[in-house]
Parts: sequence; structure tokens; C-alpha cells
Amino acid sequence: MRYSILQLARQALGRHRGWGPAWRDASPRDGYDIVIVGGGGHGLAAAYYLAKVHGITNVALVERGWIGGGNAGRNTTIIRSNYALPGNEPFYEWSMKLWEGLEQDLNYNAMVSQRGVLNLFHSDPQRDAYARRGNAMRLHGVDCDLLDADAVRKMAPFLDFDNARFPIQGGLLQARGGTARHDAVNWGYARAASALGVDIIQNCEVTGFVRDNAGAVTGVETSRGTIRAGKVGLAVAGMTSHVAAKAGLRLPIESHVLQAFVSEGLKPLIPGVITFGAGHFYISQSDKGGLVFGGDIDGYNSYAQRGNLPVVEDVCEGGMALMPMIGRVRMLRSWGGVMDMSMDGSPIIDRTPIDGLYLNAGWCYGGFKATPASGWCFAHLLANDAPHETATAYRLDRFRTGHMIDEKGAGAQANLH
Amino acid sequence: MRIPCPYCGSRDSREFVYRGDAAPVRPASDLASDNADAMFDYLYLRDNPAGQFEDLWYHAQGCRNWLRVTRDTITHDIAGAVLARSGRAA
Ligand SMILES: Cc1cc2nc3c(=O)[nH]c(=O)nc-3n(C[C@H](O)[C@H](O)[C@H](O)COP(=O)(O)OP(=O)(O)OC[C@H]3O[C@@H](n4cnc5c(N)ncnc54)[C@H](O)[C@@H]3O)c2cc1C
Ligand SMILES: [Zn+2]
Repeated sequence: MRYSILQLARQALGRHRGWGPAWRDASPRDGYDIVIVGGGGHGLAAAYYLAKVHGITNVALVERGWIGGGNAGRNTTIIRSNYALPGNEPFYEWSMKLWEGLEQDLNYNAMVSQRGVLNLFHSDPQRDAYARRGNAMRLHGVDCDLLDADAVRKMAPFLDFDNARFPIQGGLLQARGGTARHDAVNWGYARAASALGVDIIQNCEVTGFVRDNAGAVTGVETSRGTIRAGKVGLAVAGMTSHVAAKAGLRLPIESHVLQAFVSEGLKPLIPGVITFGAGHFYISQSDKGGLVFGGDIDGYNSYAQRGNLPVVEDVCEGGMALMPMIGRVRMLRSWGGVMDMSMDGSPIIDRTPIDGLYLNAGWCYGGFKATPASGWCFAHLLANDAPHETATAYRLDRFRTGHMIDEKGAGAQANLH
Repeated sequence: MRIPCPYCGSRDSREFVYRGDAAPVRPASDLASDNADAMFDYLYLRDNPAGQFEDLWYHAQGCRNWLRVTRDTITHDIAGAVLARSGRAA
């Protein structure tokens, strides 16, 4: 069923009894050309682009819980393409371009909102670093603006500009950045993939791999039986090490918990996404009015989808230092997600040393914005056995060969690259 | 989380600095042997288990000992801690 204003009118006349489910709830068949493991945004997008771009529709996506129950439904929904390194910027800009056409392509309202992403700086060296990043972006054909304090003041007069320790000197603005509604992104990809013939199989946990005599992966063992597969693609985010270990792989990944927070609903207050340059704090306001904010990972290895209080305190301190006006806002909810922290903070979209097994992982806390391009490039890799031109740097063996992608000195621990 | 420091007793985790997985052992780094593979393994590859795990915590705001903590990564339950220099926890 196509969604449109006419459809809405027709359904209204029928008292909204005619809406069907958005996608088929499929049961596993014996085998598929390609099985994708993990029903987060990346797996769903890969399944969709396999069908749409490469015409491969004999595809199953298996998810151990419900689609979007992982990080795809837990993130703070920021999308941007303000990266500096040649290995990253073309990829994230490709993702941004896909975001810009996503709703028309999927026929689904993903609430993509290009309300701007503003990274603040608080010192001269930080201004230099942002100027350099902005120049690198422009060299890649991506627009951005270096704002001085007055220009920032016009956008966000409520910030603590004259803070004695961290005065706000300006910011780097990517006006095309913004937010999208994470659940709608998952549902939109699921619906569009399902309509093209992809089987979306929920409550189906992969518990092992079927291997042939040569060791190649030829299927997956699941809680709902064995499924044969020509190729298997892993997109299980925080569970990557755990699932890959069942194929005997050890990876340059640690799982860590990241928390996020939302306040009670307020009238429009915060114009776009704002990040604090002197501490780890970032904030935006959802269309429902809640302030959505977060900060650092808790910092210790974790598979628990919840964090601890020290980080809650740290995030709130960052918020108070940046915008004291939020001090009397009440926090409504907090939650955590388990992320696949790669050792250089950059992702992996590559074949594995095992034939038939492909890997999409290492997205750390920045994989939501990558969802469309990650799906696009993973589908390209699965279909062609060669990396997409924007994802050639995301090699699994780069840690062995010394080709780390050191965008921000992030990653599980800052001393490893 | 509260960490049972063998020296100071049960203390809030925010008194500690986290170092990570206790399992990797730094390979000998004599220039004669080509140990690039061992170094790669030590620096980057991790078991990253879901469940029982041993990690290193430094009691920065306490006795300043390095501890080897036995912790469950799914529940955050801490089973025990020993001084890191005393060798592996049981
Ligand atoms: C609190 C928080 C805030 C974030 N904020 C942002 C942000 O603002 N911007 C941004 O770009 N990124 C952000 N991220 C990161 C982003 O959410 C992730 O990088 C991205 O969602 C990961 O890809 P995914 O959507 O495919 O993962 P997930 O949604 O986690 O998908 C993985 C799926 O695999 C399934 N799975 C696991 N094991 C198995 C198995 N054995 N069998 C079958 N299925 C299995 C899981 O159930 C899960 O549904 C944030 C993350 C968190 C936790
Ligand atoms: Zn102590």
C-alpha cells in the first residue's frame, strides 16, 4: 500500500480500518541467496538496497528480538557529515545525500529534519582545529560555516558565553546536518525491503554457523532452525564479537555502554543540535518537545543495556556548564545501548577471512547517521565482493597493516592509535 | 558499581580509573624477533566476552593500587578483586 494524502483520505472515509501491517512477519524458509544477521538500521538498509539496487530479492534478515530493539531505536538520532579524513568524508556525505532523498525513496516519513549541527569551540587551538575540519569538508564539496561568537549568540542566546573557564568563541555549523526519527527509519526500511520480497524474520537468534568442508560459511543455525545461505552478512552492532566468535573470529572490537537522556516536553527551545566543545555533552530537541541529550560512554566493557550514575552526573554537569537554563528541567527517562567500539573509532565494512561471511561493525556511538550509506555499501559488498568506492578505507585488516582511520582519537581506549 | 578493593574495602567505582581487559600480555619487544603479529594481537584483538570478564582498574583516589577485578559484563556484578601484581584472580 502506497502512503499518500489520497490514501489517508480514503482510509479516513473507511474509519481507518483498512490499514494493513507495514511489513510481512515472515517465517524462515530453508535457504536464501543472502542472509543478513541483525535487524538494526544497518541490516535493514542493507537488505533493502540488495533488493532495490542489485535486484537480489531472495534475502532474509534475521533478528533475535524485534527490529529496531537495539541501538537503532536507542540512539539520539543525530545525522551529519562533518568529518575531516578522506577515508570518512565521502562515505558520510553519501549517507547525508541518501538521507535527503530517503523519505521519497522509501515512501515513508522518517522525519528527517535538517535543523543544523553546531559544534562549539572554546579556545584558539580549538578554533584552528575546527577551521581545518571545515576546510577539509569543503575540499570534499561539503558546505559548512565557521561562526564567531556573535553569530552563535544569534542562534542560541541562552548559552553561557562568558563562562570563565570555557568561554564560547564560536562554532562550526553544518546547516545540512540535523536529526531523523530513528524508529521510523527502521520501519521505513523494513516496509520497503519487505515489499520487494525480503523476508524479515524476528525472534530468530543466530546461535552458530553452518560450514562446509573447506570452512566456508554456508548458512546459519538459529533458534528457529537452520537456514542455508549463499552469503551471510553480520550487522549485529554491540553483539559483533559474541556472534563472530561462533565462527572462530577474534575482532578489534570492545562492547561498551552509552547512555542517553530525555527531558519532559517543552516548547521549542533549542534550534538544532548543539555540542559542547569543552566536555562531552550534546543536545537537541525532539519534535515532541523533549530535550534529547547525552555524553560519554561509561568507559568499561559492558553488554548491559544500562549504565551507571557517574556518567549521568557527568552529562548533567556538562549541560549545566553549557546552558544553565536547563537546570530546572526535569529528566524523564534514561537508557543505554551496547556499542561495538572499534579500536580506532571507525567502522568496518569488509569481507572476513572466512569465505561466505561478511562484516559490518565497529560503528561506535556514531552509526545512526551512517545507516543509509552503511546499508548501501554493505549491499554493494555482498552483491559484488568488492567494496563500494566510498567505503574502501573500512578494511578489517587495517589494524594489522597500520592503516587506522584516526578521525578523532576516539575508540574503545584513546591510547590505541 | 562498587569495587571491593583488597586494601581499602568496598568503594564507589568513580574512585577508579579504568584500564580495560586484563588478559592481553605485552609480547617481548626485542628488535631481533619479528613479532608484528604478536603485537597486533596484543594491541587490537579482544575476546570481548559477554559474561565473566577480568579487567584492570586503578584505585586513583584511594590506595593507588592496580586491581584485577572479576566482573560480569552482562549484569555488572562484581565477584571479586585482587591486587594486579599478585597475579591472576582465581
Ligand atoms: C545512547 C546512544 C546514542 C547514540 N546516538 C547516536 C547519534 O546521535 N548519531 C549517530 O549517528 N549514532 C548514534 N548512536 C550509534 C548508533 O545508534 C549505532 O551505531 C547504530 O544504530 C548501530 O547499527 P544498527 O542500527 O544496525 O545496530 P542495532 O540496532 O544495535 O542492530 C543490531 C541488531 O542485531 C541483533 N542481534 C544481535 N545478536 C544477534 C543474533 N545472534 N542473532 C540475530 N540478531 C542479533 C540485535 O538484537 C539488534 O537488533 C548512538 C547509540 C547509542 C546507544
Ligand atoms: Zn584501594
